[in-house]
Amino acid sequence: MLAFVLTLVLLLSIVIVLAYAERKVAAFMQDRLGPTEAGPYGSLQSVLDVLKLLQKEDIVPAAADKNLFKLAPILIFAAVFAGFAVIPFTPDLVPAGIGIGVFYLLAIISLDVVGLLMAGWGSNNKYAMLGAMRSVAQIVSYEIPAGLAILSAVMICQSLDFQEISYQQGALMNRFPGLEFEMNWLFGIEALGINTTTIGGITTWNIFRAPILLISFIIYFIASLAESNRAPFDIPEAESELVAGFHVEYSGFRFAILFLAEYSMMVLVCLVAVILFLGSWNTPLPNIGPVSLAYWTTGTVGELSGILWGGFWLLSKTFVLLFLQLQIRWTYPRLRVDQLMHLCWKVLTPIALGVVLIAGIWRLLMI
Amino acid sequence: METKTIKHKSGFWFAVRSLISGLRLTWKHFWNAKNRRTPEYVTDKNYFNQPEGLVTLTYPYEAIPVPDNGRYRLHNEIDDCIVCDLCAKICPVNCITIESVKATEEIGLTSDGTKKRLYAPVFDIDMAKCCYCGLCTTVCPTDCLTMTPVYDFAEVDIKNMIYHFTDLSPEQAEEKKELLAKQQEEMAAAKAAALAARKQ
Ligand code: SF4
Ligand code: SF4
Repeated sequence: MLAFVLTLVLLLSIVIVLAYAERKVAAFMQDRLGPTEAGPYGSLQSVLDVLKLLQKEDIVPAAADKNLFKLAPILIFAAVFAGFAVIPFTPDLVPAGIGIGVFYLLAIISLDVVGLLMAGWGSNNKYAMLGAMRSVAQIVSYEIPAGLAILSAVMICQSLDFQEISYQQGALMNRFPGLEFEMNWLFGIEALGINTTTIGGITTWNIFRAPILLISFIIYFIASLAESNRAPFDIPEAESELVAGFHVEYSGFRFAILFLAEYSMMVLVCLVAVILFLGSWNTPLPNIGPVSLAYWTTGTVGELSGILWGGFWLLSKTFVLLFLQLQIRWTYPRLRVDQLMHLCWKVLTPIALGVVLIAGIWRLLMI
Repeated sequence: METKTIKHKSGFWFAVRSLISGLRLTWKHFWNAKNRRTPEYVTDKNYFNQPEGLVTLTYPYEAIPVPDNGRYRLHNEIDDCIVCDLCAKICPVNCITIESVKATEEIGLTSDGTKKRLYAPVFDIDMAKCCYCGLCTTVCPTDCLTMTPVYDFAEVDIKNMIYHFTDLSPEQAEEKKELLAKQQEEMAAAKAAALAARKQ
């Protein structure tokens, strides 16, 4: 229960910061000022936005399918929020440390699609329906390259447990029960003979442990943009043609929930990218001889310093990725539907399949 | 700049390069966001020299100064107005309403030395109707009707868009009217007396 409350509070605060950052970043990239009135530099803007939404009337259209319409936002948010349960925030803090976390995450995120379809269908509005159908088509398609990219990381790590994957990517690897005698080699090639187990830092991140994962990281990142309906894959909610997509009929509190779910999804996909490819809560600084930067910037596991350092590295890496997502949104134009499907099925999926194959071979080099 | 057609299939690296150049562009703008445009007058050297940074001004707090001779809100310096009614006549939209009352004695001089003979109990300009053509300011013989640099004067109630420039309170106006009526009565009486005297 405590984990639930903590995760919810953490998530809400990240989302509030993100919603504010989105508006400011967008403004700065377009040479505007963004919010300036509420609080210093407009920093209270997104809090006030949420307060405003909470006060608004909860309108259910007369022709809507009432039950579906009312249930959809809850389902969407619950699906995304449940995904956070398996995310390890620090070396010893994970809301629910289950052994098949990756599998659970992929499964529970897929529920999101059902919620989107319910919202679109229940609204009884052609824009909402179109948006929901596009959304479903897009998310279902992009789950394949994303899943394959995740699979290649799982093959390298030989684990479905996010916490175990996290431990493998740092100097603390041998602390994890079951990994006491594992070794990390530079680029994952034992034949090079450079042991990086105690060097840690960036050299043991997955994208360095097995450089092929750099490609899967890029594939995953592109697919995750599509899964969270972000530009340039935002045809499900293309403002200029569909008004707002599947949530066009929602208002007030329900809209706030959908909005929250959307931003939580962004945060979740970035967290997963960081954990699987960018070294999770591990520090990027390696131990160099007597200068053990990695240990200094990791803290002591089980103590406050470990929690703070772990949380700091995880969140800062996540925010870098989130910033990239924002920047991409304000840089690239929207893809057409056929281009979107072309990119998914004819480009990303074949490459991801190839990467899975190579990752399997790479794993053989690592042992 | 030379323009050339970009082929549809230009290859993988071309696409990657163009994607990165797009990111670089937005990053440059983001980075330059620490600079801000300053509210400079158009004749300032800096006015056209601010190609980078945020262009928005937080308007009510900062604004680019406007020229002195622009067409903005009208102002009438009622002390200098001789109530000649020229401005009301030339106004193409009839938004100036003037009522005049003849003075019984000399009122005084305007600042350019013209004699004032009329009071204006009503001198209203309806800024909501005004089209800011400026004709009234050019015909004004004493140059008392001018345009000011104020352009932001929106009102919640449209009645407040009618500006009253008269310097007489209703009571004073009433008093002046009575004075005039009395003087005219006296004059009429004097005339009648004179007429009667001639008949005899
Ligand atoms: S500026 Fe033109 S429209 Fe306005 S009051 Fe003068 S004459 Fe009339
Ligand atoms: S033209 Fe000038 S002097 Fe004549 S009534 Fe109008 S404001 Fe007064």
